[in-house]
Amino acid sequence: MQMPAPDATVLARRETIVTRLSEVLPAEAVISDLAETRAFECDALTAYRCPPLAVALPSTTQEVAAVLKICHEERVPVVPRGSGTSLAGGALPTADSVVLGVSKMTDVLEVNTADRIIRVQAGRTNLSVTGAVEGEDFFYAPDPSSQLACAIAGNIGMNSGGAHCLKYGVTTNNLLGVTMVMMDGTVVEIGGAHLDAPGLDLLGVICGSEGQLGVVTEATLRILRKPEGARPVLMGFDTAEVAGACVADIIEAGVLPVAIEFMDRPCIRVSEDFAHAGYPDCEALLIVEVEGSRAEIDEQIGLIRQLSQRHNPVAFRESASDAESALIWKGRKAAFGAIGRISDYMCLDGTIPVSELPMVLRRIGELSDEYGLDVANVFHAGDGNLHPLILFDANKEGDLEICEELGAEILKLCVEAGGCLTGEHGVGVEKRDLMQTQFAPEDLEAQLTVKDAFDPRWLLNPAKVFPLSVSATRREQAA
Amino acid sequence: MTAAAVTTAQEAAQATGAGATTSPGQSVLAPTSEAGLAEAVRDASGPLRPMGGGTRNIGRPVAAQILSVAGVSGIVRHDPGALTLVARAGTPLEEIEATLASAGQRLPFEPLDHRALLATEGVPTIGGVVATNASGPRRVQAGACRDSLIGVRFVDGAGRIVKNGGRVMKNVTGYDLVKLMAGSFGTLGVLTEVSFKVLPAPDARATLSISGLSEPQAIDALSEALGSPYDVTGAAHRSGGANGSDGRTLVRIEGLAASVAYRAERLVAELGRFGPVELLDDRDASDAIWRDIRDVREFAGRDGDVWRLSVRPSEAAALAAHLGDLPRLFDWGGGLIWVLATPGTDLRAQLGSFRGHATLVRADVETRERLPVFQPEPGPLAALATRLRASFDPRAVLNPGLMTAPGPAGT
Repeated sequence: MQMPAPDATVLARRETIVTRLSEVLPAEAVISDLAETRAFECDALTAYRCPPLAVALPSTTQEVAAVLKICHEERVPVVPRGSGTSLAGGALPTADSVVLGVSKMTDVLEVNTADRIIRVQAGRTNLSVTGAVEGEDFFYAPDPSSQLACAIAGNIGMNSGGAHCLKYGVTTNNLLGVTMVMMDGTVVEIGGAHLDAPGLDLLGVICGSEGQLGVVTEATLRILRKPEGARPVLMGFDTAEVAGACVADIIEAGVLPVAIEFMDRPCIRVSEDFAHAGYPDCEALLIVEVEGSRAEIDEQIGLIRQLSQRHNPVAFRESASDAESALIWKGRKAAFGAIGRISDYMCLDGTIPVSELPMVLRRIGELSDEYGLDVANVFHAGDGNLHPLILFDANKEGDLEICEELGAEILKLCVEAGGCLTGEHGVGVEKRDLMQTQFAPEDLEAQLTVKDAFDPRWLLNPAKVFPLSVSATRREQAA
Repeated sequence: MTAAAVTTAQEAAQATGAGATTSPGQSVLAPTSEAGLAEAVRDASGPLRPMGGGTRNIGRPVAAQILSVAGVSGIVRHDPGALTLVARAGTPLEEIEATLASAGQRLPFEPLDHRALLATEGVPTIGGVVATNASGPRRVQAGACRDSLIGVRFVDGAGRIVKNGGRVMKNVTGYDLVKLMAGSFGTLGVLTEVSFKVLPAPDARATLSISGLSEPQAIDALSEALGSPYDVTGAAHRSGGANGSDGRTLVRIEGLAASVAYRAERLVAELGRFGPVELLDDRDASDAIWRDIRDVREFAGRDGDVWRLSVRPSEAAALAAHLGDLPRLFDWGGGLIWVLATPGTDLRAQLGSFRGHATLVRADVETRERLPVFQPEPGPLAALATRLRASFDPRAVLNPGLMTAPGPAGT
C-alpha cells in the first residue's frame, strides 16, 4: 500500500503550523511531541502506521473551524478522527498531516422524545447515544460491533451499519442533520429535526464520505422507542446452501427479523471453544432475532420454525429467557475475539446479493484452499454483508501478502456476484486500490467532482477512497 | 440528428402527459435506450427537460426541449428472496407495484401520486418518483424514497453514463451519489436505472381515528403514537373546518394479523386520554384513507396554491397558527404540513423564519417564476449546490434553474 510523498514545504513549516494551532486551542489540545503523536499513528487497521505532523483536539465547533482555517491557509492536509476504530484505515495519517480528533466533543445537546431526536457532539460514542435516551425507553438503532468505542463522527464518515440494520437501516437512514465545518473553516448547518432536504440532499452525500468533504462536529439523530421485547432463535444446518435457502424463505414469507446472523463451521467451532454457548456441531448456523410483544414474538418464531422444518435443521433452539438469549448471542458477539485468540486475521466486509450466498461461499472455500489460508465466515445474512476472516500468521514472512492477495480475490468475487467491496467498514486505504474493479472511470470521475466541490484543495483525509493514480492530477493541480 | 426518435410535441404530450412548458410544434426527444439517452444529452444544443410520465410538474418553469425517458422502460430484476428490485427509469410505477404485489412485497416508502393534486395526466414512472423523492405517509417508519434507493444509473449533463450504489442494501463503497440523485429533480443527471430495497407487504392493517382534536392536541397524540413501541406506519391529522371541530387524527398500524390486533388494542387504550378512539380494521377502508392522505386528495381540484412545509413536529402546531384559516393537512406526525394557500402569495413571508423549509408544489407559471419554489438556502450551501450542479452538468443543459431561486444566480 502506497501513500503519497509528504509535502516537504509543509514539513519545513512544522513549527509555524504548531504555533498557529496553539494560538487557537488550549495548550493540552495541541500535540506535537513525536512520542505523543505516535498514539495517533494508526486506527484499528494496525498494519499501516504513520505519525502525523501534529494532533489537534478541539472541544467546540468554533475551535474546529479555527483549526481548519489555519490548515487551509497553510495548505496542510487534515485527517479527521473519531475514536480511531476504523478497520479500513480511514483515519491513517500522513506525515505532513494534522490529525483533527473530535474525542473531546462528547456532549448531549438536546434530547426530544416528542420529535424522536437527539442532538450530540460528534465525538460521542455510539453506545452512549443510546445511553442518553434509554432512561426514557428509546434507543439509537445503528449498532456497529465497535459501538462501545466508536464515535458518531466516524459512524457518519463511514455510514456505519450493524447487526440490526435489516429492520432499522444504517447511519444514513437515521441521520437527520449535521453541523459541519468546511475545509476553509466555514460552518454550515445541513438538515435538522425535520425529515427531508430543502434542495439537493447534501446530507446524503456527506454521510459515508469518509471525512473527505468536511468535519462533522454535531449531529441530529433519529431515536426510536424500544420494542417491548426481542428474542433470538438458533438453527443449525448441514450445508451453507441450505442455511442460505432458509434465509430466503424467511424473508420471502414476509417475516422481517431485526437480525439474521450466519456462522460457518470454522467460526462456530472457535466461538464455541471460547464462549461455550452450546452451539451445535454443524456446517452452518443461523441466529434470527425477532421483536415485539410476547405474543408477536411467538407468532413470528412459530412461522420461522415452520419454514425451517422444510430444510431439516440439525438444531433449532428457541430462547426462553433473557439468559438463554444472551447465551445464543454470546458466541456470535465473541466470534472476532475468539478467532483473534487463535490466529492473526484480516476481516473483510464485502456485500453480495443474498441469492448468491451459496455460490460465493463455495468459491471462498475454493480460494481458501488455493491460497492455503483458512477462512472463517461470520456475517449479516439478511442483507448479504459478509465478514470473511482470513487467518494468517503475522510473524511468518510473506503470509500477510498472501492474505492480502486472497482478500482482494474474495472482494473481486463479491463485485462479480453483483455486490460491492465494502458493506459497512468503508474504503479507507484498505480497499482504495480495488475501487476500479467496481467502478468505471466515469463512475469515479463523478465522485471526484463531488470532492472538488466540497474541498477544492484536496486537503481533507488525503489518499483515502480513490486510487492514487485516479486522484493524482487533481492533487497536483490543487498543490 | 441522434438515434433518438423525434415526435411532435402533441404526440409526446399524449404519450407522456407533458406539462405546460412545451410549446406547439416543439420536438420531443424520445430515446429508447440508455445509450440513446446519453447521445441525446451529448448532442443537446440547449436546455433539456427530462421527463418520465410528466405527472410531477414541480419547480421553476424551464423553457426546454423535452427529453422523454418513458421509452427506457422495463423491470431488469426482481429478487424476492433478497428483497431487491432493479428497473429502468421509464418503467411505469404501476408495473413495479404489480410485480412486487405478486410476490407479496411493496416499495416501503409509499410513493405519492401527484396527478390529482397537480391536475396532470400520464403514467407515473419510477424515475419520476426518484427524481422528486416522492415519499408518502410511511416515511415516518420506513424512510423516504432516498432511504430505499440502493443504486442508480444516470446520464450526467455531459452525456456520461454513471453508476453508483448497486443492488445490495449495505454498500459504503465510494461516495453515496444515490442519495444525491434522489430529489434532484433531473438537475444533476437523467436517471436511467434505479434499484430498491423492497419489503414484505403485511396482510393486516388498521387505522385508529380520534375526532375533534385541536392541532396542538392532535400533534401530541401523534407524537405519543409514534413514540410508542407499536410500530406506527402512518400518523396524520386532517384539520377539518376553521375551528377544527370535524378534524380527524389518524394513526396506522400494519403487520401480521394477530400483531395488528394486539397493537391496535394497546394504542386505543393509550390514546384514549385524547378522546374516544375509533378503530377501523377493514384493510381496504384503511388503505383508502391513507391513499387520500398520501396524494393530498383533499386539495385536488380546489383553487389555491399548494405549499409543503417540512418542520420539526413539536413546532408544527405553533407554525400552523400563523396560517390563519388556510386549509392544511398534517402528515408525518406533524413533520409535514400541506397548505392550500391564496394564489400568488408568498407563504414564506407570512410564516416568518422557522426551523425547516417550505416548497411551493403547485402554483401558476407566473407565481413559480416570481417566488422561489424551493427554499432559498444560506450562502455557503447555495454555493455548494451551484458547484455540484456545475460539476455534474457543466453546460447547464439539465433543467437549468428549476431548483434555484429567480434572479441572476438562477438564470
